[in-house]
Amino acid sequence: MPTDQFESPDYYLIDDLLTEEQKLIRKTMRDFVKKEISPIIEDCSQKAHFPEEIVKKFGEIGAFGPTIPTAYGGGGLDYISYGLMMQEIERGDSGMRSTASVQGSLVMFPINEYGSEEQKKKYLPKLASGEMLGCFGLTEPDHGSNPAAMVTNIKDKGDHYLLNGAKMWITNSPKADIAVVWAKNEEGRIKGLIVEKGMKGFTAPETKHKWSLRASITGELVFDNVKVPKENLLPKADGLSGPLKCLDSARYGIAWGALGAAMDCYDTARRYSLERIQFGKPIASFQLTQKKLAEMLTEITKAQLLVWRLGVLKNEHKATSVHISMAKRNNVAIALQIAREARQILGAMGITGEYPIMRHMANLESVVTYEGTHDIHLLITGADITGIQAFK
Amino acid sequence: MKILVCISHVPDTASKISFTDNNTKFNAAGVQFIIGPYDEYALSRAIELRGDAGSVTVLNVGEADTEPTIRKALAIGADDAIRVNAFPKDSYFVASQIAAIAKSEKYDLILMGRESIDYNSGLVHGMVGEMLGIPSISPVMKLDITGNKATMAREIEGGKEIVEIALPLVAGCQEPIAEWKIPNMKGIMSARTKPLKVVEPTAVEETTSLNSYELPAPKGACKMIDASTPEKLFEALKNEAKVL
Repeated sequence: MPTDQFESPDYYLIDDLLTEEQKLIRKTMRDFVKKEISPIIEDCSQKAHFPEEIVKKFGEIGAFGPTIPTAYGGGGLDYISYGLMMQEIERGDSGMRSTASVQGSLVMFPINEYGSEEQKKKYLPKLASGEMLGCFGLTEPDHGSNPAAMVTNIKDKGDHYLLNGAKMWITNSPKADIAVVWAKNEEGRIKGLIVEKGMKGFTAPETKHKWSLRASITGELVFDNVKVPKENLLPKADGLSGPLKCLDSARYGIAWGALGAAMDCYDTARRYSLERIQFGKPIASFQLTQKKLAEMLTEITKAQLLVWRLGVLKNEHKATSVHISMAKRNNVAIALQIAREARQILGAMGITGEYPIMRHMANLESVVTYEGTHDIHLLITGADITGIQAFK
Repeated sequence: MKILVCISHVPDTASKISFTDNNTKFNAAGVQFIIGPYDEYALSRAIELRGDAGSVTVLNVGEADTEPTIRKALAIGADDAIRVNAFPKDSYFVASQIAAIAKSEKYDLILMGRESIDYNSGLVHGMVGEMLGIPSISPVMKLDITGNKATMAREIEGGKEIVEIALPLVAGCQEPIAEWKIPNMKGIMSARTKPLKVVEPTAVEETTSLNSYELPAPKGACKMIDASTPEKLFEALKNEAKVL
């Protein structure tokens, strides 16, 4: 495998909009990815192997819960720093970014946001350090884009809740120590619970034979009369807004992350086009190659400006779900398009594991679907413009 | 143990080098600056050697634009930093500033890279040693401390030399003296509040003056000569390259 020479494009001098600390954070994550992820990721992905040791390493570098307060082991960083970290990790691999996103945005975020002081103290420091791995259970076999229709439920049994149901497409689940699970109570309100590995009736079988996110582990969560202690209920979460706010946080990271994958495809294709000789000159000399590269860089630059502005809005507490939907949808779509175009520039080499393109492309097929599909995010924008929901 | 690590603020290794002001000034526009890679190895080893009661101070001779580089050294794990507020004009000037600080602070170890990767003179450690009247050694690939004694492996032509020297001393370091350290987010956060003292330079007599810089001639195109016609190679070397 060639050495990882990645450099991020900065056509509009967007670096001038970043603080020195944000640039240092980006450089740190880039160095981390080049040291810990690039050398192993192709092999892991080819073998559908989740490199479990990355969890501790992510913990050490501080990739889990960077925006969680330092008092609970988080990084206490701003949202642009968080975004840049996700960009760099996904530049390495979307599956690795998924592991970090789930832990930070879907497990630590709800515990920090909706948990009791005891829950925060018990779980957050261990999740931040990578001593514990978490997962998030919202999607069900029959309820993906419409989580409000979930059937997983809890019944109040006095000293505990009795949990029944099943969740599907859960990143990290087979290896997770805890799961933040969303279930309806007897009144039909959606509640969040922390379910621990080893609780009787709780299993997490692995989903095998994926063609995408192969270096990340995915599974189900099956609850068969699981007795969950009452202190494991997230006291401040009530209704669908609980899980949706978590998804806002994760989708924000995805908008940045997909940009990282796009940058890697662009950077790889640009280098390759300058080296690959056909008809006696580098293929970068041909107009159709230049068209592809120019369009890629244009889309990357637009996407960079979009997430930078979204990050500023997040830091100022002005970013809304609809803002995040637009950025997630746009950036994943352009990343997928760029991966496909880059693959063409690399010709047959583009389909091999010598280059990261095909891996990114296959990964992005999941990213374009999870955390709100491409179409649903479009309809969210449509509903915001017209005031009419088209998906209900 | 009280350790001083001197770091340089240098263009990233992949930077495109150009000059301005009639080739008398390095053009820093668009250039990313980093801690000198050899200095970073020295810093990593200093942090490993520090121990519980020790301290690692980083020192840079530079203007205010070097502070992000100094903050990175603090993020990696140095305890505090000093910036001598002056443009690092030449090796003698930089060495004089380091020696002036070290004279009053009494460090057990003064570490730096074997050379900075901008001008690559590799002179500062030797000069600092002379100015302080203590031993200096370079390039050091291995450094261990026992009591008051340093054991070092030094690269020499065709092999290595193992030496023992009593502290204090100055060492110019290179890989594999320590594992290169990537800071973590906690380190970056704590670097915000670690002390960075700015001091004015001590007066130094000017010993050099710069006339201009010149870039090496661009690489010519590669010419392939078939192995079956060595006479063509000979002819090209003689008549075109004029090296025979």
